[in-house]
Amino acid sequence: MAFLFWKKKRAAEVEASVPEVESIPENISVEIAPEVVEIPFEISAESVPVAQIEELPVAPSAPVKAVPVELEAVELPKRSSRKGIRSLFSRIKFDLENLDDLEETLIQADFGLDASVAIVAAVKDRAKRQGAKTESDLKQILVEVIAESLENPAKALNLSDGNTPYVLLVVGVNGVGKTTTIGKLSKWLVQGGFKVLIGAADTFRAAAVDQVATWAERAGASLVRPKQEGQDPASVAFEATEEALVTSSDILIIDTAGRLQNKADLMNELDKIRRVIEKKATIAEVLLVIDATTGQNGLAQAKAFTEVAKVTGVVLTKLDGTAKGGIVYSIQQELGIPVKLVGVGEGIDDFAFFDAQEFASGLVGQEG
Amino acid sequence: MFGNLSDRLIETFKNLRSKGKLSPADIDATLREIRRALLEADVALEVVKNFTTAVRDRALGDEVSKALNPAQQVVQIVNEELVKILGGEQRKLAFAKTAPTVIMLAGLQGSGKTTLAGKLAKWLKDQGQTPILVAADLQRPNAVNQLQVVGERIGVPVFAPEPGNGIGNPVSVAKDSIKHAKQKMFSVVIVDTAGRLGIDEELMAQAKDIRKAVDPDEVLFVIDSMIGQDAVNVAKAFDDGVGITGVVLTKLDGDARGGAALSVASVTGKPILFASNGEGMDAFEPFYPDRMASRILDMGDVLTLIEQTQKNFDESEARAMAEKLAKDTFTLEDFLDQMQQLKKMGSLKSMLAMMPGAGQMRNQLENFDEREIVRTEAIIRSMTPAERRQPKLLNGSRRSRIAKGSGMTVTDVNSLVNRFEQAAKMMKTVAKGGVPQMPGMPGMPGMGGGFMGGKSKAKGKDKKGSKSGNPAKRAAEEAARALGQKPGEAQSGSGSAFGLGK
Repeated sequence: MAFLFWKKKRAAEVEASVPEVESIPENISVEIAPEVVEIPFEISAESVPVAQIEELPVAPSAPVKAVPVELEAVELPKRSSRKGIRSLFSRIKFDLENLDDLEETLIQADFGLDASVAIVAAVKDRAKRQGAKTESDLKQILVEVIAESLENPAKALNLSDGNTPYVLLVVGVNGVGKTTTIGKLSKWLVQGGFKVLIGAADTFRAAAVDQVATWAERAGASLVRPKQEGQDPASVAFEATEEALVTSSDILIIDTAGRLQNKADLMNELDKIRRVIEKKATIAEVLLVIDATTGQNGLAQAKAFTEVAKVTGVVLTKLDGTAKGGIVYSIQQELGIPVKLVGVGEGIDDFAFFDAQEFASGLVGQEG
Repeated sequence: MFGNLSDRLIETFKNLRSKGKLSPADIDATLREIRRALLEADVALEVVKNFTTAVRDRALGDEVSKALNPAQQVVQIVNEELVKILGGEQRKLAFAKTAPTVIMLAGLQGSGKTTLAGKLAKWLKDQGQTPILVAADLQRPNAVNQLQVVGERIGVPVFAPEPGNGIGNPVSVAKDSIKHAKQKMFSVVIVDTAGRLGIDEELMAQAKDIRKAVDPDEVLFVIDSMIGQDAVNVAKAFDDGVGITGVVLTKLDGDARGGAALSVASVTGKPILFASNGEGMDAFEPFYPDRMASRILDMGDVLTLIEQTQKNFDESEARAMAEKLAKDTFTLEDFLDQMQQLKKMGSLKSMLAMMPGAGQMRNQLENFDEREIVRTEAIIRSMTPAERRQPKLLNGSRRSRIAKGSGMTVTDVNSLVNRFEQAAKMMKTVAKGGVPQMPGMPGMPGMGGGFMGGKSKAKGKDKKGSKSGNPAKRAAEEAARALGQKPGEAQSGSGSAFGLGK
């Protein structure tokens, strides 16, 4: 499963764009449907070598622009999150009699008590209706129940309306992996041929700017630094937005300082960052980074950040550990915010789109 | 959101009051609520199971059935058991007989090791030690840099021979740091290591090697208080892999209930030595099991509240205020002072949220607009000194001038003056030792006393004694007694401003 994105076409890149696409290692197919903004499609052996189109109409969701923008398709390298997810059921026996154990297993994966009870009820109900008896039937049902609940039509990154620069605001509490996420995401987007600019608006934590600078260098992205130490992060965000417009970057990623969601002043600061960016550009995505080890507080985080920063998607990091990140289930159920990306390691390529089916079958330990 | 455990237990116990005695079924119902509360607080399931079994055994025993108020007795047992696990083996930081003392920090990525290293160094420095920080996190981009900046801020030297970002061998850095510290006569060496996953065998082996190289007096396992069920796996992995001697909980200034503390303490049996609770380098304190127990159960954190109030509320000012009140010379200027005192203590909402039973007034809390204080301040600041001292001067034209000056309406000014007059009257009563009549403001004034009053009033309806059953509350009463009258004065002064807020 992959997605197709669009960026504005630059005159100089028209020739260059074909080899650029070819240079991507995975076997790739590209379908073009000018009206459709994001296209999920299966990777297949036959590839359709249409990599650019001219005069694509601006997608209806984009703010009205006087001149129709020329867009070209961007294909990101295929990445899988599969390696990160460990099975829930390495220890317990999974049969119809043991569904109470299932509840406990889900609790241990941080799904939370209420969600776990609800999932078990749904599995029981469906198993009864379908007359499922075997372990593999039950697993299949469990995969379906979890995957269906995590499926969200808006799970792709919103990099498709041609309204560049696509501004991605990255937010979250301290230590969840915001900067690392930005590094990985930048690398990926740069590989896909996007021109990426990063705004280092974490002016609070010691050496945070240097940290994001290192990632930017590794990824091949440009960086807007604060002019002085402890500069107002909103002003850095503003300068970065201006820079992105001047340099006609395709993507602007704003790194923000980690903040606990119960700190009113810091949340107001975030609100201000969002507002100043919106003076100059449309924010394509507000990504809330959540550490997979996070417990039930994750829901409180999602609520608070959504209220202030209008979160559009979750990035679930550190899935390569023993934690399962079950809290995203409640976040999706209660707030309707989809998981868009997952982080599965410390390497710059350990990163993938979230795939509900893959996640669910990985959790359940189902083959295939 | 769910109400807190105390609220829910009160609900569970409602039917009970007529019976007065707990049947095993009653206890099971209670335990279900406790299980839920603990799971919502992210206590690991296996720990919850053991815990509820232990509570059940005690609750079925004599001490409960003979108790005057069995329901509260159960809560107390829960609290005691929690404190027992959290503080079973409470101890201070171990120092080496011959310097330097070596402290090694270990934990997952993003748990807050580097920041904690700085806080710990600052804390030790304030106690007269001469700490040195060792940059042995050569993995994360610019972790070395970060530690250097932190060291500079707190005035503690940093041993960083390698640039990091994947370059250098952390084991040899750690080894060299000890030599260096001995040569330069540092008394404490704090080794910051890279974040690692418990299942990453290579990195766990490296951590073990660092440990061997520095032979630490303490290996502190640093863990984020927001962590969920995985806390047990992680703690086990670090305890088996590196061997930890103590635990530090970070990010306790968030609103996570921190059940991880219980999981880690119970799985490893290692004491929690410190809690880190804020962005500042001073936001670091020894761990208090009783407070953590109350927090996990969401029963309020009265002791912290009292301490915070004390720290920030200037005692002599409070005393002067009380005198003024008694002499009836309370003016708008004093009112302004009070408000500034209040602001020093931080967000009112977060202060009130620490009160036990705050769940019952959660809605009121949600609706309280902190900016109200700013507006009130603007109005008072737009008055002349004479007007502030003698509000009676405020005629129509003065009021409209003040309204313009502060960007508010005359109605706002009027209502402020009215509220001020009411408050002055009320506070006079309090200062003279009476009980103020506060229509429409149930239990709000008086951070401690007034609110407590509100709570026991609510319980009073049930005609059940509530003096001692709630351990958190009882602790608060004891603390208040121990502190003498001072907090009482401070509280009556500060609380009234809040009462005026709306």
